[in-house]
Amino acid sequence: MQLREKNAIMDEMAMKRALTRIAHEIIERNKGVENVALVGIRRRGGPLAQRLAARIEEIEGIKVPVGILDITLYRDDLTTLSSQPLVHRTEVNFDINGKDLVLVDDVLYTGRTVRAAMDALIDLGRPRCIQLAVLVDRGHRELPVKADYIGKNVPSSKQENIAVYVQELDGKDGVVIQEIVDS
Amino acid sequence: MKLEQRKDLLGLRDMSRKEIELILDTAIPMKDVISRDIKKVPALRGKAMVTVFYENSTRTRTSFELAGKYLSADTVNLAVSTSSVQKGESLRDTIKTMEVMGFDLMVIRHAMSGTPHYVAKNTKMRVINAGDGTNEHPTQALLDMYTIKEKKGTLENLKVAIVGDILHSRVARSNIYGLKKFGCEVRVVGPTTLMPPEIEKLGVKSYFSLEEAINGVDVINVLRVQRERQQSGLFPSLDEYARLYMVNTKMLSKAKDDVLILHPGPVNRGVEISSELADSSQALINEQVSNGVAVRMALLFLMMGGARDEINN
Repeated sequence: MQLREKNAIMDEMAMKRALTRIAHEIIERNKGVENVALVGIRRRGGPLAQRLAARIEEIEGIKVPVGILDITLYRDDLTTLSSQPLVHRTEVNFDINGKDLVLVDDVLYTGRTVRAAMDALIDLGRPRCIQLAVLVDRGHRELPVKADYIGKNVPSSKQENIAVYVQELDGKDGVVIQEIVDS
Repeated sequence: MKLEQRKDLLGLRDMSRKEIELILDTAIPMKDVISRDIKKVPALRGKAMVTVFYENSTRTRTSFELAGKYLSADTVNLAVSTSSVQKGESLRDTIKTMEVMGFDLMVIRHAMSGTPHYVAKNTKMRVINAGDGTNEHPTQALLDMYTIKEKKGTLENLKVAIVGDILHSRVARSNIYGLKKFGCEVRVVGPTTLMPPEIEKLGVKSYFSLEEAINGVDVINVLRVQRERQQSGLFPSLDEYARLYMVNTKMLSKAKDDVLILHPGPVNRGVEISSELADSSQALINEQVSNGVAVRMALLFLMMGGARDEINN
């Protein structure tokens, strides 16, 4: 599969503003963050969750717990994938029982990743609620999943790919639409 | 590197360093799963595996079965002693029966070297060697390597002494094949009658003095004395063996200060290892057992987790 960059939809500043707004919304919706914890979905949800936690701390002066979830063992497509994904560690080093958890991911698409993430979380304990924050919602849901916090809605075609870049993993920030071209 | 393109795991001899690293890396998140309150993930839901042990086993068989269950595979043990094998059913027919029942994977142990290789050639099921005669016991070596790496941080260039009945030990052979791929200096030590003359061809150095062999080593892997060998006259008595080759706390001063002691179990206390040392914090016998479950989970996931239809054999 070859990808060609079509157009940029968010730059560094736009990403920063979107995350700041989401941080405010999380605080507002939960009436403070005393009981809130963030869990990023590997890979790019991890750094995004860290950044949200940093913004929340700037605003509220409270450090919320942050964890990282690897959902590989919970995927529903393991038997159909042609190449096997690597399994990484889940690092949720706090008790999630009774917490108001915010799952964080870069792109919301079919909803299958979120389904797997919720199963993975529930095996770790019983949170009071699970909310969902995404940087980009591109539509095309295949499961009844809806985000509580959205950085940007990006109507897209299935022939396109949405790539999110984060400084921590990619050396730059930004969101671009890529076109799938048959090689 | 994709392990799912390998149909079987028969030994470490023909395995690449990259494949071994993938298994050891995948075992880390698997160990996390075992430490949780809910020790189960759905990764192998709908897969079925059977363990077929023609030789006795406590830990290896239980460990495979539990590893499969933690990953949500359906696991069945064929109790050989109460099966149709006792009515004279051939190995080939037993395999075919398991295959047509729909098992995806078979774990087999047999007293005859090469049996898993024969089975692998004659079935569509994936096959894991859980010990064949005096040839290999690859999953034991993988869990030994995992345990060493977890404690030392690396396998690279370590000095490892393997002590005991080298001649009959499949654990020794698999460890040699595996450790050599990471540049380890592997030494083997034991009585002359239990030391195969051509062993140095595997790139190891053989010793007859325990003291010399453990001088400056990072790891001592103590093999079980197979008591049944005594009858065959290969060593005069357990007492004499213990006098010359038992690893105890006193002699550890020869090795590095942070030397690790491994033993594949079951332990003959006071024969190959002193009871005191077996219970000390340097001995990792219990860690090896729990790491064994994690390593086997990694292996089962890597072998059964991918797409099935691509494998042809």
